[in-house]
Amino acid sequence: MTLLRDLAVQSVQMALVLLLAPLLTGLVRKVKARLLRRVGPPLIQPYRDFRRLLGKESIVATNGSWLFCAVPYLVFALTWVAAALVPTFATGLLFSWSGDLIAIVALLGSGRFFLALAGMDIGTSFGGIGSSREAMIASLAEPAMIMIVFSLALVAGSTQLSAMAVYLLSLQEGLRVTLAMALFALIMVAIAENGRIPVDNPATHLELTMVHEAMVLEYSGRHLALIELAASLKLLLYASLIGCVFVPWGLAPPNSDLRGYAIGLLSYVGKLAVCGIALAAFETSIAKMRVFRVPAFLGAALMLGLLGTLLRFVSGSF
Amino acid sequence: MGIATTLPCIAGLLALSVAAIALASSRAGTWVIYGISLILSAALLVQGAQALLSGAETSLVLPLGLPWVGAHFLIDPLAAAFQVIVNLGAAGASLYALGYGRHEKEPWRVLPFFPLFLAGMNLVLVADDAFTFLVSWEFMSLASWALVLAHHRDPENRRAAFIYIVMASAGTLALLLAFSLLAGEQGNYAFNFIRIATPGPLTASAVLLLVLIGAGSKAGLVPLHVWLPLAHPAAPSHVSALMSGVMTKVAVYAFIRIIFDLDGLPEPWWGLVVLTAGAASAVWGVLSALMESDLKRVLAYSTIENIGFIFVGLGLALAFHANGLATAAALALVAALLHAFNHAIMKSLLFFGAGAVLTATGERNMEHMGGLIHRMPVTAAAVLTGCAALSALPPLNGFASEWLTLQAILLSPQLPQWGLKILVPACGAMLALAAALAAACFIRVFGVSFLGRPRTANAEGAREVDAWPQAALAAFAFLCVAFGAFPGFATDALSAVTLEFLDVRLPPQADVPWLALVPISAERSSYDGFLILVFIATSASLAALVVWLLGSRATRRAPAWDCGFPDSNPATQYSASSFAQPLRRVFGTTVFQAHDRVVMPPPGSTAPARITVEIRDPVWDYFYAPLAGGISFVAERLNTLQFLTIRSYLTLVFLTLVILLLVVAL
Repeated sequence: MTLLRDLAVQSVQMALVLLLAPLLTGLVRKVKARLLRRVGPPLIQPYRDFRRLLGKESIVATNGSWLFCAVPYLVFALTWVAAALVPTFATGLLFSWSGDLIAIVALLGSGRFFLALAGMDIGTSFGGIGSSREAMIASLAEPAMIMIVFSLALVAGSTQLSAMAVYLLSLQEGLRVTLAMALFALIMVAIAENGRIPVDNPATHLELTMVHEAMVLEYSGRHLALIELAASLKLLLYASLIGCVFVPWGLAPPNSDLRGYAIGLLSYVGKLAVCGIALAAFETSIAKMRVFRVPAFLGAALMLGLLGTLLRFVSGSF
Repeated sequence: MGIATTLPCIAGLLALSVAAIALASSRAGTWVIYGISLILSAALLVQGAQALLSGAETSLVLPLGLPWVGAHFLIDPLAAAFQVIVNLGAAGASLYALGYGRHEKEPWRVLPFFPLFLAGMNLVLVADDAFTFLVSWEFMSLASWALVLAHHRDPENRRAAFIYIVMASAGTLALLLAFSLLAGEQGNYAFNFIRIATPGPLTASAVLLLVLIGAGSKAGLVPLHVWLPLAHPAAPSHVSALMSGVMTKVAVYAFIRIIFDLDGLPEPWWGLVVLTAGAASAVWGVLSALMESDLKRVLAYSTIENIGFIFVGLGLALAFHANGLATAAALALVAALLHAFNHAIMKSLLFFGAGAVLTATGERNMEHMGGLIHRMPVTAAAVLTGCAALSALPPLNGFASEWLTLQAILLSPQLPQWGLKILVPACGAMLALAAALAAACFIRVFGVSFLGRPRTANAEGAREVDAWPQAALAAFAFLCVAFGAFPGFATDALSAVTLEFLDVRLPPQADVPWLALVPISAERSSYDGFLILVFIATSASLAALVVWLLGSRATRRAPAWDCGFPDSNPATQYSASSFAQPLRRVFGTTVFQAHDRVVMPPPGSTAPARITVEIRDPVWDYFYAPLAGGISFVAERLNTLQFLTIRSYLTLVFLTLVILLLVVAL
C-alpha cells in the first residue's frame, strides 16, 4: 500500500513538473510584459508554441550527425529525471534515494554537456560561441552549486533533498547565517544556469549576445520543442529547489493524507508563482552584464557558498 | 593460485620481451607479441580479481636479489586491487595494439619493451622487499623510457625522453632514500621487517615527503608533473594509454604501500600536505589541458587532474586515519581506489581513441581535425562515452568515484584540527572547480575533433580503424557504463583493502536494494547509477515515442542556417583555442599570464589577420628554470677543478688526507 502510494506520488510529481513547467515560463513572460506596460502573450502561449513546434518538420543541417538529433531527447530526459528527484509538493518520493542533490546537479551538468556538444556539431561560428561561453559560465556556476550543496548538507547532515527538507522543517530557531548565504548563492547560480538576465537574455534577438540561444540556433521543429521544454523544466527545477529547501512549509510529509497533499500542491503552486513574479521583477529592473563580468558575478556566488561552508565547518552553531 | 601462478605469468612476459628481440622484424612479430601479452595480462587480471575477492594473502621468497634478503613477493588485497587495474589496462592495450601496432614503422623499437614494461609494473605490485621493489620500479621506468624514445627522430620526443629520465631518476633516488630511512640501521629491507619496526615521528615524516617526491613525480603531482605531458604523448598510443592510465596508478600503489602499510601511524598534518598537493594538481592539470590543443597532451594533462582527485582521497584517508576515524578513512580510501580504477579505464579508452584518430588522420593537433563522427562512428561513440565519463557525468563511472570523494569531504567536520577544518572545504571547492573545468575541457576535445566540419584534407579523408582497436574501444566504453551503473560491486571488492589497513569496511553494497551506493547510511546519502541510467533511458524513449506519435515525423536536410550567412570555409568554425578563449581570459591571465596578440594587416591589404596566444608555465619559470640554472652554475664552477696544475691537485689530495685524518682522530 505504502509502495503504491509512493509510486503514485512519484508519478504525479513527474507529470506535474512537466505540466507546470511551460506555465511558469509563460507566467514570467507575462509579468515581464506587464511590467513593461505591454499586454504580453497569454499564459498558455508556451504550450501553444510547444504544439506548433511539434507539428512542424525538423530541419537538420546537411552535415548534422546522429548526435545532433539525439541530443534533444537526451537533454529532455536528463532534465526531467533531475526534476523528478526534487520534492515539489511531497517529500515521500519513491525514487528520491536514487540520486541526492549532488547527483541532481550532475544530471543538469550532463544536459549542458550534451547541449554544448550539439552547438558544435554543425560547425557554425554561432554554435561555437554559445558552447564556449556556456562552458565558461558552467565552469564557475557548477562549483558554486556544489559549495551550496556542501553548506546545505552540513546543516542538514544529509545530501538527500527529502531529508534536508524534513530537517529544515523541524528547525526551531530562526535565521542561520550559512543558510542565508546559501540562499543568495543559489539564486545567483539559478539565474546563471537558466540563462536569465543579467547573465544571458532568453529573449534576445542579437546573436552576439546569446549564450543558450546561440547553442540551439540550428534546432527547429520537434527538436526545438523538446529543448525549450527542457529549458522550462530547468527553470521549474530551480524554483522547486529553492522552495523545497528554503521555504519547505506546506510540503506533504511521507504517509500524509489527501488533505496534506492538497495543501502541498497549493503551496507549491503558490511558491512557483512567487518565484516567477520575483524573477520577472528582478529581470525587468536590471540590465544585462557584459560576458566577462559574469565570472565576477559567479565568483561571488562561489565565495558565498565557500564562506557558508567554512562557517559551518568552523563553528557547529551558525 | 596467488603468487605461485602470478610469478610464472610475469616471467612469461619477461621471456616474451627477450623473444621479441628476435621476432620484432618479422611480419608475424606484432601478432605474436601482442597476442601473448594479451593472454598473459588477461590471466594476471583473473588472478588479481580472484585474490582480491577472496581477500587471501600469499607470499613467496626466492633466493634472488640481495644475498642476505632474498627476493620477497607478496599478494595481499592492495596488491591484488592494483593487479586488476594494471592488467585490465594492459589487456586492453594489447588488444588494441593487435591492430594499432601494425602501423608501427619500426616495430623493433616497440615490441621488445612492451612486455618488459608490463612485467615491470606487475613486479612492483608483488614486490615485498625494498630491493625487489626498486629494481622492478626501475624496470618499469626504463622500459617506458625506451618506449617514449620509440620515435626518436622527432627532436621533441628526444627532449621529452631526456626530461623523463631525469625526473624518473630523481624520483627513484627519493624512493631509495625513503626505503633506507625505513630500513633503519640494521638494513632490514624486507617489508615484513619494516612493518614491525615503527619509525620515529621525524623519520616517518621524512619518509612521507620523500615518497611524495618519488611516487608523486611518477604519478604527476604538481609541481613534479612537468615530464608527464611531454613523455606520455610521445610514446605510441597504446603505450600512452598504459603510461597515463596504468603506470600512474602503480605510483599511487607505491604511495599507499609505503605510507599506509610501512610508515607506521600517520600524523594529522600529513593529510594536509597530501590534500594540498592533490587539489593543486587537480586544478592545475585541467587548466593546462584547456590551454593545450595537442589531443594526446590534453589527455596527459587530464591525467594530472585525475591523479589530483585520487590524492585528495588519499589525503582525506590519512587525515581521518590519523584521528582514529576509521569509517571515514575507509570511505575516502575506497573513493581514491575506485577513482584509480575508473581513471585507468577512462584514460585508456581516450588514448585508444586518440591513437585511432592519429592512425586515421595522421594528426594529433585538434585544430586540424573536425567532423570525425561521420567518418569514424565507432571511435566517436566510444570516445564520447569516455569524454562524458571523465567529465564526471552520471550515470557513468567517473561520477560514482567523484561522488564518493565528495561524500568523504562532507564527513570532515569530524576532524579536530583547525588547519584541516579550513583546508578541506577549500579542497572541496577546488575539486568542484576541477570537475566543472574538466567538463568544459572534454566538450572542447570532442566538439573540436569529432564534431563540426573537417578542417583539413586529412580529417576529410579519415577512415575508421580496423576491428581490433574497435573491439578495445567498445569494450572499455562498455566498462565505463557498467561500472557507472554498478559501482557497488567495485566498492565491495575494494573493501578487502580497507579491512587490511583500517580494520573496517564500508557497509556491503550488494545487500542494498536496487544495487545503490550507500556509503554511510540511507538517510545521509545514496546514489543509484543503475536506476538513473534506467530512468534516463526510459524518459528519453518515452519522449521519442510521444513525439513520434503526436508530432511531425518529417526531417529535411538543408544547409546550415547560421543566421542566414553560412560560410562554407571550415576555418570559420570555433577552433580549440577560440573555444578556450573565455576560460583563458578568466583563469589563464592570472595563472599562465596568457596573452592573446592580434596582428592586423594594414588597411587595404588582403593578408589574413594573425592571432597568437602566449602562455607561460610558471612551474617552469619559477621552479625548474632556477633549479636547472643553479645546477649548471655549480657544475660550471666545479668544472674549473678539471683544469688545475699538478701541484694544485697534489695540494687538494693532501688537504683531503689531512681533513680525513682529523675527522677520524676526533
